[in-house]
Amino acid sequence: MSERVVAAIDQGTTSTRCLLFNRAGRMIAVAQREHRQHYPRPGRVEHDVEEIWRNLVSIVPAALRRAGLGPENIAALGIANQRETTVIWNRHTGLPLARAITWQDTRTDGIVARLTAEGHGPLFSSVCGLAPATYFAGPRLRWLLDNVPGAREGAERGDVLFGTMETWLIWRLTGGPAGGVHVTDVTNASRTMLMDIRTLQWSPKLLAALDVPERMLPRIRSNSEVYGVCSTVLPGVPVAGALGDQHAALVGQTCFAPGEAKCTYGTGAFMLMNTGPRMAESTHGLIPTVGYVLGENVPVYALEGSIAMTGSLVQWFRDSLGLIETAPQIETLAMTVPDNGGCYIVPAFSGLYAPRWHPDARGVMVGLTSYIDKGHLARAVLEATAWQTREVVDAMNADSGLPVTRLKVDGGMTANHLLMQFLADVLDVPVERPLGSEAVSLGAAYAAGLAVGHWSNLETLRANWHRAAAWEPAMDPELRRREHANWERAVDRSYDWVIPS
Amino acid sequence: MPGAIQSIERAAAALRLLASTGRPLALAELAAALDLPRPTAHGILRTLREVGFVQQDPGSALYTVGDGLSSLSTPGWDRHDLRSRSMNWADALAGGTGCAVFVGVPEGRVVSLVHHVFRPDGSPQRLRTNETVPMHATALGKCLLAFAPLVTPAARELDLHRYTGRTCTTPAALESHLAVARRRGVATSFAEHEPGIGGAAVPLRGAGGLAVGALAISGPVEHLFGSGGTVRTRLLDQLTAAAGEISVTLGHS
Repeated sequence: MSERVVAAIDQGTTSTRCLLFNRAGRMIAVAQREHRQHYPRPGRVEHDVEEIWRNLVSIVPAALRRAGLGPENIAALGIANQRETTVIWNRHTGLPLARAITWQDTRTDGIVARLTAEGHGPLFSSVCGLAPATYFAGPRLRWLLDNVPGAREGAERGDVLFGTMETWLIWRLTGGPAGGVHVTDVTNASRTMLMDIRTLQWSPKLLAALDVPERMLPRIRSNSEVYGVCSTVLPGVPVAGALGDQHAALVGQTCFAPGEAKCTYGTGAFMLMNTGPRMAESTHGLIPTVGYVLGENVPVYALEGSIAMTGSLVQWFRDSLGLIETAPQIETLAMTVPDNGGCYIVPAFSGLYAPRWHPDARGVMVGLTSYIDKGHLARAVLEATAWQTREVVDAMNADSGLPVTRLKVDGGMTANHLLMQFLADVLDVPVERPLGSEAVSLGAAYAAGLAVGHWSNLETLRANWHRAAAWEPAMDPELRRREHANWERAVDRSYDWVIPS
Repeated sequence: MPGAIQSIERAAAALRLLASTGRPLALAELAAALDLPRPTAHGILRTLREVGFVQQDPGSALYTVGDGLSSLSTPGWDRHDLRSRSMNWADALAGGTGCAVFVGVPEGRVVSLVHHVFRPDGSPQRLRTNETVPMHATALGKCLLAFAPLVTPAARELDLHRYTGRTCTTPAALESHLAVARRRGVATSFAEHEPGIGGAAVPLRGAGGLAVGALAISGPVEHLFGSGGTVRTRLLDQLTAAAGEISVTLGHS
């Protein structure tokens, strides 16, 4: 019998990738294509979803060719996607009415301010678990309905559909205008500000508050079930898994037990902790969210803490300051000095995210003396990522009552062993990297493979998780305490820089 | 003595011109200054660009001297760039072979470990990145001695310390091991550093085929070696394939 593998699509912010995984959870082929970022005005970031669809159409066969396989070898297809990126399209023509508004786009600040001013804040917090913010999809949908000609009338007539990226791709894969399936998954839906986080259904109250017609919304489905069958690209293959990228990484890292946590280090960092079937309220600046729902099983909730700048601070160090040629070389530069020399960088370039949420903070560099050279700055850049993680971990420990006893990490920055060691040192728990750093794609593959019986249960998936590296805490507790206090003093100095005009 | 090779002379002239003018040059200017037809000049510049000695601005299409020329005196890759480019393939190699994986570069008379992936068997292991291992007793070290002779010491310059009964302790014995490694394309250590533990290593190559580091799998000798003491074909094929993929990312064509 020929080999059976599971295909995963990772529809990310800068590129779309197709990865094939064998039964042991090992990647056997990958193909990738970047798409254009459109910046029509300051604060606006858009993607052309037709370009993304064309990319998907070209990379899937490319990945199959690389593995020497055909569609008949694919047991199921799963999708993980950039969350909160919002698109509307015409169900008859299949054409988008506008470019997608991405998760980095802040044009909805007026809508969000109005919701808060009208006193809707507590309603949203209590029903969907999210305080109104430009980060989420619902206000973007409202912006499109208000600003794109024909959008609202089309939506009310039932001609215009809304979706996040997985919705768009599943609709296209399953036929598009000719019978495409219009669904979203519960994790992506949980980031819209429109879903009741307890019933896992669209909330009529929230739809009314944002004035969104229910007809245009996709049906909310679990993360692991057959949504439909591909009519193109992989004809006959079931589309059987969909999750927001960070939720996919939680599954890919097999964080299936309450208290298990993962942190994905990319441009920003996203930490999710499994809190089990109970939704944990956060009083420490974290976001309660749906972790995952596998078919008919009870929902698993999670706490999420997001850090805006981690890898992007290294990119800034490389591209704007020009102190290194490539991102990995920051480790080389940092290793030229034994410590930070008393210098701290707080990367609040667009305010501070979890757990502090200070939009008016801006970046600061403190402790500068004649002694400081670029090696110390490189250390301070890396240490900022570790201290920001520490703040999120402290908040999770306080909110969940389940102390993090080890942290599973993935993403590009795990190549930086100096950073990973410092992370273990400041968290005072072991940090572990799994074999294969493709946790996001692997999670999408797992969800799809579970739905079609390619994998029988979660224990099988756990057995696929192998430790590729572990960093043990080795910092003197007194030094840790002192450095933590210095970091906190540095953060204090970043507050209230932006003066409201 | 055979005559000078014309294309190399022309390439050298093109580089002198670019380095001395101090401003970006267009193809037409370079062709005129070198007194060459434009297609010939273009071929030379394209080749120089591919090896990193010349760069071309994507917008203006003008040529300048490339970064590769200034880094000629510092052979090899930044060790963290090397780790970053090796990581995915090293993970796949560990997964496929069940062995621990190491990437090493020469550092004076020892090998410095740039990357380490644990043996995926759940056993307790300690991350060994940035540690050093001896050249004469490990697969990584023997691979670098065999395939990167210009940046590693000669066998007679090494301290041939005896770690196990199988360690090469004379330059002649080591040289004969290196000759076998060159012939087979893979260096091995059969319990020569730690009792019971073996390794197999192949070179990682950058632009022009220069060995810039070594990729090794390591594990119990009975897992690694078949009868006759040669590396099991299934493991060697994966090791060679992973090194080939990493070398492509390092500019080896």
